[in-house]
Amino acid sequence: MKLLTVNFLTCAVKTCKGSPAAFPLHFRDVELELHDVEFQPDFIRNIITRVDWEGLHKMANELNFPTIPEVKPDGEALQSEQLLRDLHRLLLETQVAEGRLICGNCGHEYMVKEGIANFLLPSHLV
Amino acid sequence: MASHEVSQDEEAYEEKNVHEVYQQIARHFSATRYKPWPIVERFLQSQSPGAIGLDVGCGNGKYLPVNRDVFIVASDRSENLARIALQHQPHSTILADILNLPHPDSVFDFAISIAVVHHLSTPERRIQAVREILRKLKPASGETPGGRALVYVWALEQKSSRRGWDKGDDQDIMVPWVLKTPVPENPDAQPKVFHRYYHLYQAEELERDIDTAGGRVLESGYDKDNWWAIATRVDQQHP
Repeated sequence: MKLLTVNFLTCAVKTCKGSPAAFPLHFRDVELELHDVEFQPDFIRNIITRVDWEGLHKMANELNFPTIPEVKPDGEALQSEQLLRDLHRLLLETQVAEGRLICGNCGHEYMVKEGIANFLLPSHLV
Repeated sequence: MASHEVSQDEEAYEEKNVHEVYQQIARHFSATRYKPWPIVERFLQSQSPGAIGLDVGCGNGKYLPVNRDVFIVASDRSENLARIALQHQPHSTILADILNLPHPDSVFDFAISIAVVHHLSTPERRIQAVREILRKLKPASGETPGGRALVYVWALEQKSSRRGWDKGDDQDIMVPWVLKTPVPENPDAQPKVFHRYYHLYQAEELERDIDTAGGRVLESGYDKDNWWAIATRVDQQHP
């Protein structure tokens, strides 16, 4: 699972919807892999405008990626190929092979297995 | 609580008559699903570069290659299908249920749900599915239009199809899927038949469901044995 995905995920439990603690989900025991994805600078430039930067920053910190800027880059900064390449590597090429995603509100754990995160809820939580 | 028990029964019913079947037939099903439908293709191509979308019930992910300038989080209930969908860059695929989507509300520029909602076994669950998709869309704000969702469902009116159903026929049916498994050791093996549950939509029923779910239909029509609609949220975002 690409790290960019996490920016568009929250807890599937109804009562967690809208709770600030449910976003972003927190990683535990992750096994990361690098996959080649074709670098398209325009894709990164366009996607950045739609990313919740605070959520991304939190996730990057938890995973110990130190190089991500404090504030969302815009304008001139998005012309830097190095920055776009770094973000491409982090958002698309760095992928979670195994691990757990945990809701900060209810504590429910979602498993990631062989690159696929499973958000199907057990029936007592539906 | 009675209503909770009922919904658990329906869940179990769909588990057996929809989800388990797709798990079993995933590879064969996927091999027959490769040609994107033109209306869906056009909808996806009309999205701006950098738009964020959902493909709810993505199956084998046949719509994911259509536009590589947008980012789609695709989901399905069948792990075997999700695994096939996973290959399409630059998008993502997860396992999720249409009634409990793990996405923040009011964020997405677009969503598609193609041939999925008709697998839910009661009107309430079908309307809830549409509501769940709509609430993920960005609401309109001032001059900025809101996100749009494209939904496709199988039509009751398909007299000229090989199934031949039409107005007046039963709308809740089991549809066979014949799985031929040619194994070299046993060439004479009988094909295995699976049955999937479908609710066949009548004219205007999809529009009505969208309306009840709090959406507004922008465009709708009939296309090769299916009813489709493009919808947006009615509510506006207040600054």
